[in-house]
Amino acid sequence: MKEHDNSILRLPDQATAQVPKKNFITAEDGLMSWLLTGDHKRIAMLYLFSITFFFFIGGAFAGLIRLELLTPMPDLVASDTYNKLFTMHGVIMVFLFLVPSVPATLGNFLIPIMLGARDLAFPKINLLSWYLYIIGGTLTLTALVLGGVDTGWTFTTPLSTHYLNTHVVTTATAIFIAGFSSIFTGLNFIVTIHRMRCPGMTWFRMPLFVWAHYAASILMVLGTPVLAIAIVLVALERTIGIGVFDPTKGGDPLLFQHLFWFYSHPAVYIMILPGMGVISEVISTFSRKRVFGYTAVAFSSVAIALFGFFVWEHHMFIMGVSNYSALVFSLLTMLVAVPSAIKIFNWAFTLQKGSITFETPMLYAFGFMGLFTIGGLTGVFLGSLGMDIQLTETYFIVAHFHFVMVGGMLMAFLSGVHFWWPKMTGRMYPEALSKLAAVVTFIGFNLTFLPQFILGYLGMPRRYHSYPPEFQILNVMSTAGATVLGIGYLMPVIYLAWSLKYGAVAGDNPWQATGLEWQIQSPPLTENFTEIPIMDHEAYDYEWLEHKTAHEVTTVG
Amino acid sequence: MDSATVNPQAEHDSAKHHHVSLPQHRHHFETEEQQREAGSFGMWLFLLTEIMFFGGMFFAYLLYRNWYYDAFVAASNTLNVKMGAANTAILITSGFFMALGVWAAEVRKKNLLVLFLILTTVFGCAFLGVKYFEYKEKFELHHVPGNSFDVSQFINPPLNAQGNATRPPLPPDMAQKTQLFFFLYFAMTGMHALHMIIGIVLLFWLMGRAQRGEFTEGYVAPIENFGLYWHFVDIVWIFLFPLLYLINLHPLAH
Repeated sequence: MKEHDNSILRLPDQATAQVPKKNFITAEDGLMSWLLTGDHKRIAMLYLFSITFFFFIGGAFAGLIRLELLTPMPDLVASDTYNKLFTMHGVIMVFLFLVPSVPATLGNFLIPIMLGARDLAFPKINLLSWYLYIIGGTLTLTALVLGGVDTGWTFTTPLSTHYLNTHVVTTATAIFIAGFSSIFTGLNFIVTIHRMRCPGMTWFRMPLFVWAHYAASILMVLGTPVLAIAIVLVALERTIGIGVFDPTKGGDPLLFQHLFWFYSHPAVYIMILPGMGVISEVISTFSRKRVFGYTAVAFSSVAIALFGFFVWEHHMFIMGVSNYSALVFSLLTMLVAVPSAIKIFNWAFTLQKGSITFETPMLYAFGFMGLFTIGGLTGVFLGSLGMDIQLTETYFIVAHFHFVMVGGMLMAFLSGVHFWWPKMTGRMYPEALSKLAAVVTFIGFNLTFLPQFILGYLGMPRRYHSYPPEFQILNVMSTAGATVLGIGYLMPVIYLAWSLKYGAVAGDNPWQATGLEWQIQSPPLTENFTEIPIMDHEAYDYEWLEHKTAHEVTTVG
Repeated sequence: MDSATVNPQAEHDSAKHHHVSLPQHRHHFETEEQQREAGSFGMWLFLLTEIMFFGGMFFAYLLYRNWYYDAFVAASNTLNVKMGAANTAILITSGFFMALGVWAAEVRKKNLLVLFLILTTVFGCAFLGVKYFEYKEKFELHHVPGNSFDVSQFINPPLNAQGNATRPPLPPDMAQKTQLFFFLYFAMTGMHALHMIIGIVLLFWLMGRAQRGEFTEGYVAPIENFGLYWHFVDIVWIFLFPLLYLINLHPLAH
């Protein structure tokens, strides 16, 4: 046993330790054993590689956008190319990275293990999800290669149906297909959580990670089909002119926005809720305390999912909706802040008087708490009717949702990837380097997006590739920050790949964490458990873990 | 493990693995019952997503019917209620045979199950056949949304034997809106028909498997879950029929 100061990390003796020879990675060999696998852990790995690929494509577009905005004049790309850049950035990041990020990778890997099950309820459907995702991703790339699309990720009618001459239908098909990947993932999770829990795993003994995924899955199952039909209608309107969104034929373009945002607002909760699940696990483990107000955190996930369905119109305040409905939706928008704040406060109380240590996952989690809070509170600004009219369609809104999605979700994703990396691969990542990456990411992120709040407040509109010269200084800061941020994201890819071969052997439970996944070998066996466990304690019960560890030592020694 | 025959070894294994006896049992499920429950729960959830999918179109219907009520009434009156009603009966009959099919699988009567699946398919195809003639009529009347759409029938309604208009004439502006009705008609019944076609393909697949006796040895989950899907498709039609065909049958009888 190697002792660290100020760290809970306990690694086995590296001189003798080995990654278990028999595990889910070594169980079968060959490409086909991966491409035809039913194992949720292998599918999670497939997803991890594919979403990382799309993340860097989407990131490259972000880099080009920031590069163009370095100077006030449109000197790098033409205006319609710029439109394509931010559209492809949005489409790829939202549908191919953020929506599947945590659920399809960490959720896929961990939910069955956390519940004490051998696999998800429908392994074949799980694999089908991945193939649908890949088909959707390939089609998006096809649209990109053929010349891209410039509707913005929102496909707003009548722009998308009548005025643009780009590959709208190809991209729409891609999103339709990727949407079904998301539906099947959500369906699989809900059935698994309802029907596959091991003996003794009551609803209120489930880790909060599972609760968060349950809430997100409800949104995936109920929201995504509405996006699917909205997309189908756009494609039909564009190809055969059905008139449903065409005012000249009596159709209503706003109907599209209602249908689109009915999915796409809950979609931001699909993106953030699983991240919140990660944060609950990480905060508890690195402060050695049961999550404060477990029940409140669990129910706040469900409350966010529920309220999330009744706020979509706040995306349309300036689009000509009735003032009275805007008033109601403004109020409902404020209500979503309540369960979100419940989570933040409960995590803060979990930290209070905890034995906090600052490993990489915890650094990312702190990043999440701070940045998500800023992102959430600026969301309240935008939910207020008067403020929204001033701030909407400016960089303020860009900064707001990047604080939630990038500062929140991406931080949570990286936190989770680092936290469970030893479980997934059996090896540790280099701690010092990863701490540096977490700090670089945090600094780069703030440098990129804090100036955008000011830019937006001063009135710089989004989606333009030129701006008045007085905004340049803030834009230069933002672009500089984006460079730092890019380095922060490249670092983990490099050192995580390195760690696959050279990382220290992690052992079963390097973090001394309580979840069922930490009680089995790393990487796990294909069947997860040799014998189905019986859950005889609450989640986050560190005394149980201590007792179990002490017991093990006496029996072995 | 693949054999259902009882021998000491199988006895031993089934005790260890909680009564694994069906060849269709998948090993990540602890019990067959868990597998069956998971399957049917998954199917219900999938149907929920289907409701949301159709929900988008029902929402559009609600909106435009309120805005353009007169156009919706006039357009609805050109639909063939007799064919629609016959189709409703045909579809319910098909659903009835499907329900009998589930029963036959449960009481393990192979030939009966195959027969009921065939009858389900026959009535399903009959529904699509009637639908074909309805669609054909719409093509002939130029009631298909698009460039060839013709509103003259709604501005100058056809006369009956007494020389009276069969329905109130619509102002040209409102008459244009019948196109929205017909779009929704084609989108909703078309999406419904697409679900029926997928269902019929699945029925042929299930028939083959049923013929091999796969569902009459105690493993009925696919038949049961397909039954849920088929009944769902029926129910969608039960909503579509009054919403599209029966908006206001006698607009002149006030």
